[in-house]
Amino acid sequence: MSDTHAQTVAFVRNEMIAPSDPPLREAGAVKWLRENLFSGALNTFLTVVSLLIVWYALAAIGPWLLNSVWTAGSLAECRAILDGTSGACFSVITDRWHQLLFGFYPPQYYWRPVLALALLFAALAPVLFTALPRKLLLFTAIYPFVGYHLLWGGSVWFPVSVALGFVTGYLVYLVVARVSTLIAIFAAILAPVFWWVFAAGAFDQAMTATLPLGLEFIRSDRFGGFLISLIIGISGISLSLPIGILLALGRQSDMVFLKSVCVIVIEFIRGVPLITLLFTASLLLNYFLPPGSAFDLILRVIIMVTLFASAYMAEVIRGGLAALPKGQYEAADALGLNYWKAQRLIIMPQALKISIPGIVNTFIGLFKDTTLVVFIGLLDPIGLSNAIRADTNWNGIYWELFIFIAALFFIFCFGMSRYSMYLERKLKTDHK
Amino acid sequence: MTEIQLDPGIDREIDTSAMKVTDEVAIQITAMNKWYGSFHVLRDINMTVNRGERIVICGPSGSGKSTLIRCINRLEEHQAGQIIVDGTELTGDLKNIDKVRSEVGMVFQHFNLFPHLTILENCTLAPIWVRKVPKREAEETAMHFLEKVKIPEQALKYPGQLSGGQQQRVAIARSLCMKPRIMLFDEPTSALDPEMIKEVLDTMIALAEEGMTMLCVTHEMGFAQAVANRVIFMDQGQIVEQNEPREFFNNPQSDRTKLFLSQILGH
Repeated sequence: MSDTHAQTVAFVRNEMIAPSDPPLREAGAVKWLRENLFSGALNTFLTVVSLLIVWYALAAIGPWLLNSVWTAGSLAECRAILDGTSGACFSVITDRWHQLLFGFYPPQYYWRPVLALALLFAALAPVLFTALPRKLLLFTAIYPFVGYHLLWGGSVWFPVSVALGFVTGYLVYLVVARVSTLIAIFAAILAPVFWWVFAAGAFDQAMTATLPLGLEFIRSDRFGGFLISLIIGISGISLSLPIGILLALGRQSDMVFLKSVCVIVIEFIRGVPLITLLFTASLLLNYFLPPGSAFDLILRVIIMVTLFASAYMAEVIRGGLAALPKGQYEAADALGLNYWKAQRLIIMPQALKISIPGIVNTFIGLFKDTTLVVFIGLLDPIGLSNAIRADTNWNGIYWELFIFIAALFFIFCFGMSRYSMYLERKLKTDHK
Repeated sequence: MTEIQLDPGIDREIDTSAMKVTDEVAIQITAMNKWYGSFHVLRDINMTVNRGERIVICGPSGSGKSTLIRCINRLEEHQAGQIIVDGTELTGDLKNIDKVRSEVGMVFQHFNLFPHLTILENCTLAPIWVRKVPKREAEETAMHFLEKVKIPEQALKYPGQLSGGQQQRVAIARSLCMKPRIMLFDEPTSALDPEMIKEVLDTMIALAEEGMTMLCVTHEMGFAQAVANRVIFMDQGQIVEQNEPREFFNNPQSDRTKLFLSQILGH
């Protein structure tokens, strides 16, 4: 017994105390409430005030939402139905949802963007969830071409001829890499360029002449609504990550020329508002291009948005690189891994993991920034809400449209945020 | 005069039958100098290491001992002189550097395991990607060496779940998986608790017993006396004294060595 030692100074425990349950006050909901909501006079006061604010907000918005009209044909009809009571007029959504989603895309072809979106999820799945078979990545690789063809249509041979450029580059790399990796990299960049400049057009024409396959061509000015936000957002997101990684590595490089180019690109693009880049895309870029070259506006915007996001991405990833201990580079070097292998297997997996919150932050920012294209005349959801209000039927309606648009954006942004938290949990290996 | 007897740090007899120094030169360093900016960190280092030698390098901090062994696999670049490892001279040529690095194993003070990979993946990564060994074969080799350092049961855990001593033994196993002909140890026990130092020293002694060529920067003088065939004492970027351990500990020549030994042996 421990009390046998009570009168002596030297102490030896000869019986260990078994663990027991904590007192009731220290567990469960009671403890949580007391610690988090009512831990003192000030906190109790703040809790009560917060509850009152929530109550007043709900009391103000609740009836308006619950008393909403979904079937009227115009704002005037809505008001007649509501007859002076407060209520939302969501009829504008039931009347115009197709415009908010697709813009002026021909209604008989709505299945094409819908199918493209469904296939997008199929293409993203193996990237997002590593448990899926790696062979599915093949579909991810061809998805950009499938997606392009579904959305814009035209001859099937055009995206095929563009894709063949990448295949050419890969094959050339495989052959030349036996001689020298460095030469192979240059060859793999040059070969597709040659293919696109000199052969792709002829190939496209010849194949279209012999085997005219394809979908009805839809001009870019028919695109609009959430479709345009998704096209720009997803292209920007998927291109800005790899470009950002390369810029970050370039900025860390010992090669002075490469380093300065990367620093200039990053600092210039970060130092300029996105809207100026978009105006450059819509107005100025055409002055620099040969006359008569029709360079699609959506494509120009994608390029600018991608560059903008890449510059931010590069700095986010540089933060991740800086957080890695020098020992990781040294261990990779000491094992004989060359630069690219060390980057791919050791450095990037860790740096990207550290940067996940920043990367997803940039993604979400980019996705919401796509609404800025309204200023260069593209009809994204915000642009369409203006167009809808221009109709006398719906003149004066704001809240309902913006709530709908906000809900659409929220679903995608919240999804990205949740995925990033899942990824952080999954990649957590430090067991702290 | 009583002979200094140091505790080798392990409880067993050391089997010296396979510890043989041959005539074959493993590392040849000639008139090597290195500067950090204007600071002359290594001054005129001349050193030959034969295959099978077990060399302990000691000295006060800042004496350049870590820098010296880091030059041997070009983690640090030397500005003058010549370093030849296994017949390959270390120059700016990346091919030579990669060749030397894949033949020379290195163990760091802070282990430097890859925290995002399991223990097994840490051990198989370099054999698979550098040596192009098939995955299954690399895993078999890795398990063999993990058994040798006595932690095969940890193979599927992550480095963050292991104790410091276990991590350092994994780091040794990871290097061994590349089948190196020379092993470099850069203060392998300096970041460890006394209890863990013992298990790492045990692993290093086992490696020495197999005849591995080893260069160890360490302050474990018991290990030096029990295993090393040569002790090198460095100060201010130069080799001040080198001798076989018995002579080195009992009969140091330079005053600097005497002072250092009196401090480190606590007499």
